[in-house]
Amino acid sequence: MAERHRPPADFLGLRAALADRLLPLLVGAMAFLAALGIAGAQASAGLAAHWQQDAATALTIQVPTPQAQDATTTTTRLAAVLGALAATPGAEGVQQLSPAAINNLLSPWLGTDTADLGLPLPAVITAHWAGPGGVGPLRAALQKLSPGTLVDTGALWTGRVAALTASLQACAAAVLVIVALIGAAVVSVATHAGLAQRRETIVIVHELGAFDGDIAGLIAQRILRLTVTGALTGTALSLPVLAWLARLAAPFAASTLSSALLGLPAPLWAALPALPLIAALIGWGTAQLTVRGWLRTLP
Amino acid sequence: MVLFEDVWLRYRQAAHPGAGSPEVLRGISFEIPEGGMRWLTGPSGAGKTSLLKLIYLSEHPARGHIEVLGTPVARVTRNQASLLRRRIGVVYQDFRLLPQLNAYDNIALPMRLAHRPETSIHADVIEIMKWVGLSHRHQALPFELSGGEQQRIAIARAVVSRPKLLIADEPTGNLDDDQAQRVMLLLTALNKLGTTVIVATHNTALIQRHPAPALRIESGRLVQDG
Ligand SMILES: Nc1ncnc2c1ncn2[C@@H]1O[C@H](COP(=O)(O)OP(=O)(O)OP(=O)(O)O)[C@@H](O)[C@H]1O
Ligand SMILES: [Mg+2]
Repeated sequence: MAERHRPPADFLGLRAALADRLLPLLVGAMAFLAALGIAGAQASAGLAAHWQQDAATALTIQVPTPQAQDATTTTTRLAAVLGALAATPGAEGVQQLSPAAINNLLSPWLGTDTADLGLPLPAVITAHWAGPGGVGPLRAALQKLSPGTLVDTGALWTGRVAALTASLQACAAAVLVIVALIGAAVVSVATHAGLAQRRETIVIVHELGAFDGDIAGLIAQRILRLTVTGALTGTALSLPVLAWLARLAAPFAASTLSSALLGLPAPLWAALPALPLIAALIGWGTAQLTVRGWLRTLP
Repeated sequence: MVLFEDVWLRYRQAAHPGAGSPEVLRGISFEIPEGGMRWLTGPSGAGKTSLLKLIYLSEHPARGHIEVLGTPVARVTRNQASLLRRRIGVVYQDFRLLPQLNAYDNIALPMRLAHRPETSIHADVIEIMKWVGLSHRHQALPFELSGGEQQRIAIARAVVSRPKLLIADEPTGNLDDDQAQRVMLLLTALNKLGTTVIVATHNTALIQRHPAPALRIESGRLVQDG
């Protein structure tokens, strides 16, 4: 008789009962989806921050009847407003839109040339607000010089972009939660199938005095291996796709990205390795709960 | 050691839940002292295997009080039940060997489940395989063994960890006279060493050759004790 007997590593026959095809494939597909979800959430947050900053600082000033006399009756309203803007330190990049530019903006809406309609058009000035505090005092000062002058900031847009971003991120979070729940369900189904296939063996081992924890541990270990394999593969396969998307998005994103590894931002590189870990936790935990629950149906 | 007080058993029938399943055991009471030996007899279907299942914690009674190895079984936690099972050796009527394990690993299984170190397992397995005359078959898988050989592996697995209580359900059903004699020698030797032994059998010749008190059940009732 052989001198050295090694205990069989797989005495429950789990390698056949929990095969290494379907479960890793499904978990891999879900890790892939989760990677896209995380990247989407991060990208929308990044783009939104970018837009919000632009929108929040943009100033649009409309001066009605620009050639009329200003409040001091020394010059035209337009000249008074431009002069006041030039004297305000926070207002930068002040630019008056030419009548041609206004015409370009409006004619698609009016369906005809503004000149043909003989409409009294306001003068439109754009600028960036870089000053401390809000634009309230500036607005008051301009309206005093030229009654009826409108000073718009992008505040409305800021709010809308914020709402859009929040919705996108909530969607991404919902996708991640649903993917995690489906993952747990898939693991539970696979574990139940394995238990059904090895029912006789597990009942015998139970009756020979194995602890529930020992049986659950063996099965959870097998599930852990399969889910980690699947999640690692799925996450790795998402990288080329994410890199391709990052290249498409590059023109809209901060310029620093193009120099990053694969064009993917650092926060994404920090988040992706968490996917196999979370998959491992979900797989192991679900298997433990499933097996322990099933064992409780035995005496 | 083993105590039954007014024990009733009915199987939960998944197929017909609540359909008033018949009582398989009715009002069974007996006591087996530590180190005792008992035959368990009765016609087929009388409830012998069912009674043994209650002792090795494979079924719960519908009513009544059971103590095994001095422990009231109704009050044990799941882990305590596992520890109790490790002190009980069972030879199942249908052997219940693990099909994917060879003879050696089947016999070693209870000790491995109890986390005994591998070095202390080997000598015990070798010795018991000699006892049941199957040393040369240690690498055979159950399906490669004859019915009698499987039964002897099942016996070896039940006794290898020197249980305090040994339950054997028709342990000689598939054996020739010589082998049956050998197995009975093994069981009585264990009994002399202090193990409490309960053997269910139809084999009256065997009982006559090894006189011991008998529990007899018929249609789920105990009709003889002693
Ligand atoms: N798992 C089960 N579910 C429902 N009924 C069962 C179950 N096991 C046994 N029975 C019934 O319980 C009764 C007693 O069966 P048991 O196996 O205890 O008899 P036995 O005395 O061991 O018979 P044998 O000598 O043939 O082994 C029988 O009527 C049987 O049909
Ligand atoms: Mg029976």
